[in-house]
Amino acid sequence: MRFMLLFSRQGKLRLQKWYLATSDKERKKMVRELMQVVLARKPKMCSFLEWRDLKVVYKRYASLYFCCAIEGQDNELITLELIHRYVELLDKYFGSVCELDIIFNFEKAYFILDEFLMGGDVQDTSKKSVLKAIEQADLLQEEDESPRSVRDLGPQGL
Amino acid sequence: MSDIVEKTLTALPGLFLQNQAGGGPAAAKAPFSSRLGGLVRSITALTSKHEEEKLIQQELSSLKATVSAPTTTLKMMKECMVRLMYCEMLGYDASFGYIHAIKLAQQGNLLEKRVGYLAVSLFLHESHELLLLLVNTVVKDLQSTNLIEVCMALTIVSQIFPREMIPAVLPLIEDKLQHSKEIIRRKAVLALYKFHLIAPNQVQHIHVKFRKALCDRDVGVMAASLHIYFRMIKENSSGYKDLTGSFVTILKQVVGGKLPVDFNYHSVPAPWLQIQLLRILGLLGKDDQRTSELMYDVLDESLRRAELNHNVTYAILFECVHTVYSIYPKSELLEKAAKCIGKFVLSPKINLKYLGLKALTYVIQQDPTLALQHQMTIIECLDHPDPIIKRETLELLYRITNTQNVTVIVQKMLDYLHQSKEEYIIVNLVGKIAELAEKYAPDNAWFIQTMNAVFSVGGDVIHPDIPNNFLRLLAEGFDDEAEDQQLRLYAVQSYLTLLDVENVFYPQRFLQVMSWVLGEYSYLLDKEMTEEVITKLYRLLMSDSISSETKAWLIAAVTKLTPQAHSSNIVEKLIQEFTVSLDTCMRQHAFELKHLHENMELMKSLLPVDKSCEDMMVDASLSFLDGFVAEGLSQGAAPYKPHHQRQEEKLSQEKGLNFEPYGLSFSSSGFTGRQSPAGISLGSDVSGNSADTGLKETSSLKLEGIKKLWGKEGYLPKKENKTGDETEAPVPQETTIMENVDQAVTKKDQSQVLTQTKEEKEKQLLASSLFVGLGSESSVNLITEQPECCLSITEAENTKIFQYSVQMEKPFMQGNLCGFVNYQTVDTLSAQLEFSVNLSLLDFIRPLKISTEDFGKLWLTFANDVKQNVKMSDSQAALPSTLETLEQKLRLHVVDIIGNEGLLACQLLPSTPCLVHCRVYADILALWFRSSCSTLPDYLLYQCQKVIEGS
Repeated sequence: MRFMLLFSRQGKLRLQKWYLATSDKERKKMVRELMQVVLARKPKMCSFLEWRDLKVVYKRYASLYFCCAIEGQDNELITLELIHRYVELLDKYFGSVCELDIIFNFEKAYFILDEFLMGGDVQDTSKKSVLKAIEQADLLQEEDESPRSVRDLGPQGL
Repeated sequence: MSDIVEKTLTALPGLFLQNQAGGGPAAAKAPFSSRLGGLVRSITALTSKHEEEKLIQQELSSLKATVSAPTTTLKMMKECMVRLMYCEMLGYDASFGYIHAIKLAQQGNLLEKRVGYLAVSLFLHESHELLLLLVNTVVKDLQSTNLIEVCMALTIVSQIFPREMIPAVLPLIEDKLQHSKEIIRRKAVLALYKFHLIAPNQVQHIHVKFRKALCDRDVGVMAASLHIYFRMIKENSSGYKDLTGSFVTILKQVVGGKLPVDFNYHSVPAPWLQIQLLRILGLLGKDDQRTSELMYDVLDESLRRAELNHNVTYAILFECVHTVYSIYPKSELLEKAAKCIGKFVLSPKINLKYLGLKALTYVIQQDPTLALQHQMTIIECLDHPDPIIKRETLELLYRITNTQNVTVIVQKMLDYLHQSKEEYIIVNLVGKIAELAEKYAPDNAWFIQTMNAVFSVGGDVIHPDIPNNFLRLLAEGFDDEAEDQQLRLYAVQSYLTLLDVENVFYPQRFLQVMSWVLGEYSYLLDKEMTEEVITKLYRLLMSDSISSETKAWLIAAVTKLTPQAHSSNIVEKLIQEFTVSLDTCMRQHAFELKHLHENMELMKSLLPVDKSCEDMMVDASLSFLDGFVAEGLSQGAAPYKPHHQRQEEKLSQEKGLNFEPYGLSFSSSGFTGRQSPAGISLGSDVSGNSADTGLKETSSLKLEGIKKLWGKEGYLPKKENKTGDETEAPVPQETTIMENVDQAVTKKDQSQVLTQTKEEKEKQLLASSLFVGLGSESSVNLITEQPECCLSITEAENTKIFQYSVQMEKPFMQGNLCGFVNYQTVDTLSAQLEFSVNLSLLDFIRPLKISTEDFGKLWLTFANDVKQNVKMSDSQAALPSTLETLEQKLRLHVVDIIGNEGLLACQLLPSTPCLVHCRVYADILALWFRSSCSTLPDYLLYQCQKVIEGS
């Protein structure tokens, strides 16, 4: 995978992860262009796009677009499922995730993504183990910030 | 005190949020980023982009103050980083925080470190210099006993790590392959995968360890190692054939549901793993029957098992079909795969349909009958409302094009092309159309029309191979000569028609193709047509929308056509126009044309008709100059030394430090003039052009004179070679002939000036029309009379002065202003007095009086610069005196002199500034010009050189 973008229906970027070295200027240009292309597509259209020399796979969840750029020979359908698995992970972590969760806790969304994908390839497809890794780190955080949250976290831990 | 207030304020919205969330199971909704919350909320409340900008700028400046304050704790820093990341995501620059992100990753506790690492991975790119500061932190964390720290370090390494620092962490990561925790082993494998991608040489020695990872008892680690194997097998499949059995066994286990349920995705066992294995098998089995046989069983099972109607099973099926068609074929499997493709193509789900088309495209060459089966679906897809489906269908059609269907398919492609705006699509599709047109064109007319469409739509983004191939095809032709001529004639006629259309702008590449074809093949038209073609080319040359590269093509075409034309009015006009062009390249072409034009015989032999495919014999050793060299040597000239030798000698002479950048010393080796061919031609051309300057130069500048000889010498013997006559002609004799010719030409020039024919006058009027704009501010005061203006009869002692100004519309080397005055003598006979004034660009140069500061500012804004070292004579070795000379002779303004450096400024009227920076060391003056005009520095440099070397 080359990069992953999350953006809202209004064209506001919510998350971006680049797996191939790209200059800042080029990134901004690509994000702008791609958002335009994706937002202009109609709902019944194909989830795949040929864009520049890349294949773009996107899917809309409520008001949020998830968008992955892959290379020509990569499997589009499994990328679509990859997006779905990421959404599932977010959902499980935040408990029925919505766009606001991702805006206000975007760094958490990044942590989850980093645990799921590494260098643009799937690292761990087991939902349980991804969340376990995140919660391990979070546990420390909660202890650090507000000890009463530990109780909420339940029995899962180290 | 204020600290406490601050804390309270920070906590308030957090508490508020906490209550709202109700403390449910989502413990993640903690209040820690409450200030981010505040920021986000206030941004959402704004209505305009401008307000947002203002708010963020405020936020950034407050953050800037906070992060650099010594009292800021790491905890606060963590919170600041989150807000900085948010600002960057919105597109604002937060680069002041980068270094603090690195510090946070280095010094923070686990939580702060995690945010620090995340910020680094988002802020920096792989070659950012600050990244080097992170290496130590990564090394330390890799050695940590805390698993989470090790995980973080491995994660950041796999995301962003400076390539040259890989050796610093490599042994540590290799060790982690034996770690007791599977999560560490897995991340270590992926980190090494990343290294394999960016620096494959550095991880070559650990290939054995990858095998161990492939056999790891943990599925995650094994799956991670497949990423590396996929890459390595893709690069060299023959090296890994022995692993085929292992991959097949793993796939069998996965398909058979032997993995922990954890890895299931929507009750499909480890789909990502399956797909990766299928891709690897496809690579291994390609063109290899024995290896392919090993996998037939498992592929069959995969096709059978994937029955569930869910996207993920389709993903596996698609990969499976791909693999079946990639490896050595087995009819039974192919049949099943074809059925699968049918399922995709006929599916009502658009995503599956798209993949069905993609699969068809892939297999169609092996199995064209499959396209026949689905032809109705394909036709439907061709008019699908989703352009992506349409495009994939065209891709499919492209693979099945043949001589019978080419016209229809290309038409469909062109239709699509006309609707599409994206550059990448255009480039890609245009390439395909051109390829099909060349391969399957049914007739000449269609071929040329199609290529016209390709060039028009493809524009200047078109791949350069397309016009090149097209021209080669035209030139080389096929086997049938008559047919070839017809094709060429058709092309010529079609271009002439296109050029007749008013107000249409063709892309530069297309115009270049047209110029070449017209130049080569206009002879196929009626003889009378040649002038018309030249006129058309000339009109294009004078158009503003033509790039200078295209102009070179155009003038080359005119040059080719000139010997075929009966009259040469236009050519002469063109020569006059462009021999004074500021563009050195155009000027050179024009002078070449001019000299060739004066010698028609030579021109015809140099530019034979329809010989573009024949090789030119070029005497690369320049042996025809031997006589000239021998003569020069006998008269005491120094023997020629190659450039590198001169360079070495110069270096050995100069024992002192070299203050100039190395790139510059190249040009400084020839003090007397620019090394570029353009410069040389300029020197000789000017001296040959007007008798006046020629004389001055030969008397004062020895080397200029030699150059002139070189130019003439190199020019004449070429003719000898071409005509194939005796090549060993006695050189001295030739020189004299040449000199005579030269003189004759000069004489002719002079006489032309004196006896101006009417035609000449017209030309000059045309030339002077470039200097239109009479009556603006008196920038250039030339005392002239307005044409057709009658003076009243005056007393002899009475004089009348008319003052007009002339403005340059666009920069030209030189031009001529002429006119006439009508007056009546006492006996009322009217008489006419003609006059003409030669103007050069220098007449339009004025001092630009600016301060040193303004100079500095202007300097940075200009992109066009030219540098040159000039050797000064001893008398003017002091900088001030040199600058004074320049000030007087060229009207440059001396802005400032600082030590051995000087600043000069001037402007080309009305307002094109040019700045000069010069520095003296020893007897060399390093000149550095910058201007907003691309050609001005070149011209001024030449003038400065003349002044400095001349005095």
